[in-house]
Amino acid sequence: MKKTLTLTSALALIATGALAAQTDVTIGMQLEPPHLDPTSAAAGAIDQVLYSNVFEGLTRFGPDGTVNAGLAESWDISEDGTTYVFKLRTGVKFHDGTDFEATDVVFSLDRARAEDSTNAQKALFDGIESVEAVDANTVKITLNAPQGNFLFNMAWGDAVIVAPESIDDIKNNPVGTGAFTFADWKQGDSITIARNANYWGTAPALEEATFKFISDPTAAFGAMMAGDVDAFYGYPAPENLAQFEADPRFNVLSGSTEGETILAINNKLEPFNDVRVRKAVSMAIDRQAIIDGAMFGYGTPIGTHFAPHNPDYVDLTGNAPFDPAAAKALLAEAGYPDGFKTTLKLPPPSYARRGGEIIAAQLREIGIETEISNLEWAQWLEQAFRGYDFGLTIVSHTEPMDIGIYARPEYYFQYDNADLQSLIKKLGVESDPNKRTEMLQQAQTIISEDYVNGYLFQLALTSVVDAKLNGIWENAPTQAVDLTGVSWSE
Amino acid sequence: MLRYSLKRLGSLLISLIVASLVIFACIEVVPGDPASFMLGINAQPDTIAALRDELGLNASIYERYVSWISGMLTGDLGTSYTYRSPVTEIVAERLVISLPLAIYALTLTVLVAFPVGVLAATRQGSKTDISVMGATQLGVAIPNFWFAMLMVLVFAINLRWFSAGGFPGWDAGFFAALKALTLPAIALALPQASILARVMRSSLLDTLSEDYIRTARAKGLSKRQALWRHALRNALIPVLTIIGLQFSFLLAGAIIIENVFFLPGLGRLVFQAISQRDLIVVESVVMLLVFAVIVVNFLVDLAYAWVDPRLRSHA
Repeated sequence: MKKTLTLTSALALIATGALAAQTDVTIGMQLEPPHLDPTSAAAGAIDQVLYSNVFEGLTRFGPDGTVNAGLAESWDISEDGTTYVFKLRTGVKFHDGTDFEATDVVFSLDRARAEDSTNAQKALFDGIESVEAVDANTVKITLNAPQGNFLFNMAWGDAVIVAPESIDDIKNNPVGTGAFTFADWKQGDSITIARNANYWGTAPALEEATFKFISDPTAAFGAMMAGDVDAFYGYPAPENLAQFEADPRFNVLSGSTEGETILAINNKLEPFNDVRVRKAVSMAIDRQAIIDGAMFGYGTPIGTHFAPHNPDYVDLTGNAPFDPAAAKALLAEAGYPDGFKTTLKLPPPSYARRGGEIIAAQLREIGIETEISNLEWAQWLEQAFRGYDFGLTIVSHTEPMDIGIYARPEYYFQYDNADLQSLIKKLGVESDPNKRTEMLQQAQTIISEDYVNGYLFQLALTSVVDAKLNGIWENAPTQAVDLTGVSWSE
Repeated sequence: MLRYSLKRLGSLLISLIVASLVIFACIEVVPGDPASFMLGINAQPDTIAALRDELGLNASIYERYVSWISGMLTGDLGTSYTYRSPVTEIVAERLVISLPLAIYALTLTVLVAFPVGVLAATRQGSKTDISVMGATQLGVAIPNFWFAMLMVLVFAINLRWFSAGGFPGWDAGFFAALKALTLPAIALALPQASILARVMRSSLLDTLSEDYIRTARAKGLSKRQALWRHALRNALIPVLTIIGLQFSFLLAGAIIIENVFFLPGLGRLVFQAISQRDLIVVESVVMLLVFAVIVVNFLVDLAYAWVDPRLRSHA
């Protein structure tokens, strides 16, 4: 009798073990956050770990890039578009147990726009005139002019709401309102977050999640294959993806990002100050060959500085079709029948290093000799970005909706066009969606027809995920690995 | 012995001071600004200025050198620019991996190299000797990162005996941590053991042909007794030199193996810190490695004197 009892209980144990779905997950990532304050660094890795998981803003991005309600339940916008009154969710607590209130919003936004602020996207807050707490759950934000994408701006990771009491230690111990609390950081190795039992919204299915930092592409392959990680976000070795696709244990997710990858041209430097030369460069480029050769086929060709998945996108790739003969003729017309020599400065990512070699070969076909130099990011920032010391360079601009950089004449590619500048200014204060669409499309057309930069492709995000893991975002409307909807199937 | 040690200690201090100056000077001339690195390509100039101020980058070079050195003397290495936590803590966290890994790899090296070297030397020209020479030649020639990947393929992906990499931390238990370090340690030890075995063999062959070994044999000692009592100890001097060099290399030079096994060791810390222009971390870690190398050399010098009494009187 006793024996049968033990046997049945053992069977019961096995059964429950099999039924209970796994509740922890390990996500591989290539880059480690330098620290854990999303409001004072540009590093995308910080947002990838913390955005929406630990920290939340007034609004938040959904998986398709739409702007949804976040800590603000609803809002009223004044007729003239300069006053936003946000109604905050009630009963929300920070992870340290303190209440989330209007004063925390005032604190967070005032901190971000303060004189000594170290917010990497301080421009998001430029239009704010004042932030006031009307009562404990109402915040009134006054802008100095109407702003078309204010709600969008407030959804960025750089605009999340932080707890004033925790601010001194935020870089090592982030305290937010999200569905997960920060648990542990083994520097150089991993960060662990755990389910927040007091979360105001729907509790996540996962109890614990670990982000593991594996920078080497071969090691990433090994970790995925050996089952050390359940998913690899932004898998760094596209050459292995076919192998993962063929393996039923894994799913390969290929989504779009906000990263416009461009061959940036120094518009003030001779001979690139001649639009014919820039056009020749653009027409010498075979985008598909770069996508196939450098990105193993992952990426969407673009003809302007705008994300193709955005409804306002215009396909302008036809402005610069691949046509080396025409490009050569243009160069001759501009006074360079034998071509010329220039520099091509490449930052570390593989899109730049691999893409750079292909582009150099394509430019050689029309007589442009490039001297390639491989730079580290810090060197690139110093030489190319701040020192304007480059002819050509390849960079992926990963900030969402960043066409506004073309209205900044001091920005590194130094494009100075008064028409575009006034258009972007008008766009900034326009909130009518139809007019905004029209203006955005006009801006895309202007920069495309001016051949400001060589527009290459929209960076793809390829992730490898365990076939039983559901809910990992396929697209990256912002740099986030939102785990609130991730679960295991049985 | 005391005078010898003091003299060595003196040259150790001078080396350290010179090293600190060279390191600081080299790193300060590297182009690139940690503040602009942190804030990326959308940051406004005034934001970068605010961050530079916060990091104390606006002080003069002289002021920064003095504060670095005086901090170091009191055990305070400053605060990392990027991580914003004390450098001492960051380094300590990495050292609990790098140091055990180096010791583990060196232990494996010695355990393999000694018997193999002795075996080959005592059977010079035999089949054993030839195969040892062939195998060690191969061990020196194989790149250790390739060997590491091969081991990952076999033991982690196919057999699933080990993780493909990572480190669970010492709080996960001694054996779990040791297990995580095993494949990396073997990868690191393979070329080192090959080199050391070859040195051991040739050094032992030299001493075995010395007159005093013949005398010892003539006195009636067996081959084995002569080997253990006389030859081995005298053959150790070049072997110790190599071991000293190997330890320093294993501590600082494991970066490629750390990458293959994604171990958060010192090598990766330096690599990351350089690309992020976290200069204060680079300076401190490099200084620490210099210190380790110098101390190891000092210990090797002392060990010479211990195995070879002649060095004590000459000094």
